[in-house]
Amino acid sequence: MSDLLNVRDLRVTFPIRREGALPWAKPQPLQAVAGVDFTLRPGETLGVVGESGCGKSTLARALIGLVPATGQAEWIDGRDLLAMTPRQMMAYRSDIQMVFQDPLASLNPRMTVGQIIAEPLTTHRPELGRVEVKERVRAMMDKVGLLPNQINRYPHEFSGGQCQRIGIARALIVQPRLIICDEPVSALDVSIQAQVINLLIRLQNELGLSLIFIAHDLSVVKHISNRVMVLYLGRVMEIASSEKLYGNPQHPYTQALLSAVPVPDPTVETAKTIVPLAGDLPSPMNPPSGCVFRTRCPRAQARCAAEVPELQGDDHGVACHFPGPLTEAEIAHARRHEAA
Amino acid sequence: MALLELRDLSVRFQTNDAEVLAVNDVNLTVEAGQTLGIVGESGSGKSQLSFAIMGLLARNGRASGSVMFDGQEILNAPPKVLNRIRAEQIAMIFQDPMTSLNPYMRVADQMAEVLVLHKGLSKRDAVAEAVRMLDAVRIPDAKGRIRLYPHEFSGGMRQRVMIAMALLCRPRLLIADEPTTALDVTVQAQIMQLLSDLQRDIGMAMMLITHDLGVVAGSCERVAVMYGGRIRETGPVGPIFAEPTLPYTQGLLDAIPRVDQDDEELRAIPGQPPNMSRPPSGCAFQPRCPYRRDICARIDPPLEGFAPGRARACHAPVAEVLARLTQAAPNPGQPAAHPDEFPPQPIPRGAVAGAGAAGTPSTTEGQ
Repeated sequence: MSDLLNVRDLRVTFPIRREGALPWAKPQPLQAVAGVDFTLRPGETLGVVGESGCGKSTLARALIGLVPATGQAEWIDGRDLLAMTPRQMMAYRSDIQMVFQDPLASLNPRMTVGQIIAEPLTTHRPELGRVEVKERVRAMMDKVGLLPNQINRYPHEFSGGQCQRIGIARALIVQPRLIICDEPVSALDVSIQAQVINLLIRLQNELGLSLIFIAHDLSVVKHISNRVMVLYLGRVMEIASSEKLYGNPQHPYTQALLSAVPVPDPTVETAKTIVPLAGDLPSPMNPPSGCVFRTRCPRAQARCAAEVPELQGDDHGVACHFPGPLTEAEIAHARRHEAA
Repeated sequence: MALLELRDLSVRFQTNDAEVLAVNDVNLTVEAGQTLGIVGESGSGKSQLSFAIMGLLARNGRASGSVMFDGQEILNAPPKVLNRIRAEQIAMIFQDPMTSLNPYMRVADQMAEVLVLHKGLSKRDAVAEAVRMLDAVRIPDAKGRIRLYPHEFSGGMRQRVMIAMALLCRPRLLIADEPTTALDVTVQAQIMQLLSDLQRDIGMAMMLITHDLGVVAGSCERVAVMYGGRIRETGPVGPIFAEPTLPYTQGLLDAIPRVDQDDEELRAIPGQPPNMSRPPSGCAFQPRCPYRRDICARIDPPLEGFAPGRARACHAPVAEVLARLTQAAPNPGQPAAHPDEFPPQPIPRGAVAGAGAAGTPSTTEGQ
């Protein structure tokens, strides 16, 4: 089966004026996404995780053309999404929709729920009559668990979880093939989170959608994703199936991330060892040479500073010169290093 | 004698269209050196509880009941009394360090201010002490960085500055209101580790307010679960996670995906948290509860002890709730697919946020 989306060497660079620089000084480039490769199969969910500032939201924005990017993003029909003019892109926008983090802020407060959900439809399918549009909106509201009699209400009358349902309905109404979800549940309460996650999974199964699911909560990503990609400073550190990445993480960064996730079980939580990461995230303006993670890696060696590690491995890609589970001695060493 | 003892603590907010009972008859004790976790979703009253203890309620909020700190009544005490206790005896750290630190003041100045005011140190000694405290929270190059402004620190470092500031007077109780919610997991792990190290060194008690059950599992000895302004379950952390006897706690634990397990389907809790300006009759959780019975809508169950150190507020028998634990299949009465059988409620957030309660959107229900 061919890939729905095939992304090659995706790069996003922002020109940043350095602090204290003279006004006519040339802005410095900041690579928010620095050469990301991945593929997405139809019906698949790709989770994207990483700490704040790792470029996961920029990646999403680049794919739908909200920020300029270089590289290739080949759609299933062979066209490159990144090479299109806005007018050409228009035809593809109904195929790729997005669900945003802040449920209330992403809905226009002056439009009713019915108008919000109908807007993509009237934009992309202007030939549809008013009755037909209204019918589809009602059907979609029912599908995402909104009551049809709420069609004339305004976003502020809904709770966060319901606003997210409206956002999902708006994305689904044009029958997309790919939905990019940027932290869709992180603003929601725990009990509501599960409702929205279950809804997304059910709709995906019903409609055969592909999802790119961006989140910082590794437990949520594990639950919803078939494959997971770990980003650090705009580069892919590891990409593998959910089982492999969580069950047998190879990259030291992935292992550190996973060890830090709190588990709601006191016996597990008090017994586990957390892999400490030395220091802070380096500035993306001035990333470390070689492997960008080396400044915080418990296993870093001279080679890591000299050579950029390639992403290697077909179904379990790791960008590390020395992959493999960290030993207890390495973790203990990192702990001493952190305490010092 | 307990270090902190709350008796029948209630917090009410007067808003334009209703009186909101944000915290309702809370009884709690914190022993010296102990860590108590307070768990709840937004609008459960957990933050207002801590604001009431510290005398920080918004102007339209009123607290009643009793807060005894070390044998002294401090609820609604005059500012003069409170100012001796705040920072010196009880310190507080907040979720967002950027809005809690003064952006106009260098870290050195705002940290020194605490010691000059409370301990009567000279500015020079105060700054030296502040540097020592920044060292203790493991800020590299503390001596140089104390001259910086808050915005020049990263999120995790800012949170460390706030912790250092809170601990300057070596308080006996630290109230931490969602101290790691805005941080990445790796930083969160560092901060929680730091808090527990410092807690051990100083010997202080901690009240950790959070919505993250994972954080509670890692760092608390006792837990109080809040819902709809009331404490509905308390006990030692082990049994509460292993055998939750409250339907709400059980539901929460079922609804969280776990990174260390393969969960088939998340069992969502249907419906949504109550709007506290219009709480449901009887038990606040009753509209969402799979164990609901007739009495639940009439009588709000009191918090009653049922085992040593454990208490719960629920009409359903302990055995019935525990029996569900072993049952694998999701409850047929509430399919996860259609969780919206319940009438929508307006957003509860504004109503309980306290400060801006005037514009609370709570007028649309039942149109």
